[in-house]
Amino acid sequence: MGKFFAVVLVIIAVASAYPIVAHHFPLPEDISTHGYLIDDQLNETMVEAGLSFLAAQLVLAFFLWSFTGRKPRSPLKNFPGGARVLVIFAFVIVGLEVLALGVMGQKAWASVYFTSPSANAIQVQAQAEQFAFYFRYPGPDGRFGQIHPEKIDEGNQNYFGLDPENDVAARDDIVSGELVVPVNKEVHLMMHGKDVGHSFYVRELRIQQDFMPGLDLAVHFTATKTGKYEIVCTQLCGLGHYNMKAYLNVMSEADYDNWLKQQSQ
Amino acid sequence: MQMKQVVFAGVLVGVSAAAVANPNPAGGTITGKVTYTGTPAKMKPIDMSKEPSCAKVYTTPPTAETVVTGPGDTLGDVVVYISAGAPDDPAPSTAAVFTQKGCRYIPHVLALQVNQELKIVNEDQTSHNIHPLPKLNREWNKSQPPGTPPISEKYDKAEFIPVKCNVHPWMHGNFAVLKNSHYAVTGENGSFTLPNLPPGKYTVTAWQESYGDQSQDVTISGGETKTVNFAFKAKPY
Repeated sequence: MGKFFAVVLVIIAVASAYPIVAHHFPLPEDISTHGYLIDDQLNETMVEAGLSFLAAQLVLAFFLWSFTGRKPRSPLKNFPGGARVLVIFAFVIVGLEVLALGVMGQKAWASVYFTSPSANAIQVQAQAEQFAFYFRYPGPDGRFGQIHPEKIDEGNQNYFGLDPENDVAARDDIVSGELVVPVNKEVHLMMHGKDVGHSFYVRELRIQQDFMPGLDLAVHFTATKTGKYEIVCTQLCGLGHYNMKAYLNVMSEADYDNWLKQQSQ
Repeated sequence: MQMKQVVFAGVLVGVSAAAVANPNPAGGTITGKVTYTGTPAKMKPIDMSKEPSCAKVYTTPPTAETVVTGPGDTLGDVVVYISAGAPDDPAPSTAAVFTQKGCRYIPHVLALQVNQELKIVNEDQTSHNIHPLPKLNREWNKSQPPGTPPISEKYDKAEFIPVKCNVHPWMHGNFAVLKNSHYAVTGENGSFTLPNLPPGKYTVTAWQESYGDQSQDVTISGGETKTVNFAFKAKPY
């Protein structure tokens, strides 16, 4: 029976490793300049975790195979050096592995999240609320109008609480339900949550960043391929969470300029 | 015992007074038009891309409806009603229907009477969560998935109540809960008619959700028709 289990174990381990080794479930297309860092890190994690997984299963199968069918009263031989050495050895090797992943991973993470955008990056403000995203562009004057929470009037499409009556900078602000960006240009996305926690996730951009109410967070990215991609909320935010999405529309620069002009009219 | 009799007598007087006050429907009429002066804010198109089942209903995106205007500077969606001078009416037996269609509220402004049945219908292929925001009445919000039966509610105090949807931020409407049956909601042409008014002195009020309200006093004697016009000052922002 033990030998049978050992064989089944090996089959399961190899069969579950195969689709990953064979890239059966490839990552979605990467349309960002930093995405390869995240992908490399994911691959590295996958390889290391996969090897550890296979090794552990094979060792388990080996022991099952070797020690099965023992006579009931035959004594167990001691492991060389005793159990303590083995536990410490396993502890150190797993610890080193986790540490190594962390040290290498933080470089990929920091290059995306802990660097500043370039000075001429396009400024866009993103606001998350139950259950939609809205995006704001400063308009032709290049300045964002001030936000007044008491002026928020959604029935009147004033999602950000602008005060165009008294604030000249707010008059030409463009508010859109779609995140429109030009291709190959850096975008500085300033994120601001209106009610509860939400998340901005575009898998093709390899960006996932939470919105925190009361905290202004920012990410920056450069999209390298035109097209329409889904932005989804990945932080359970209430009954409409399943339906909270928007689109990222990456356009050629000419199309983007046209879009801006249209919106300003 | 005595108390009960007094109350009973009071009810009797009240009922007979109502019967005397409105002996037949042919009374006076107040008619008129609601217009604006100045420049109203430009209504922005609504981006419904996150809800494709609603977005596909429209060939061009619909605009916000907080100010509805018609040719000749007329104002639509204005509630014109008798705010003083008319007795309170019992609620009619018919329900006032408020429909969610294409991720908008139809009508945008629904006038109904105190204690009249309010029926909320979802005709969309998506879930809505209707959330009226009263100050005097009890507040509630109810989820309504597609294909579910209408929600039935009523309000027991007169009030103007903004309505929003907790799922679709752009959805916005109003309930005008009124005490008597003498009211009208203007169409795009801004005109209204309040018929069947028994002789008396009335205050006519016009209410617009962005511009507030205006009142005028009118005296009706006999079966005459009196014209009352309202002009609101529009704000560009």
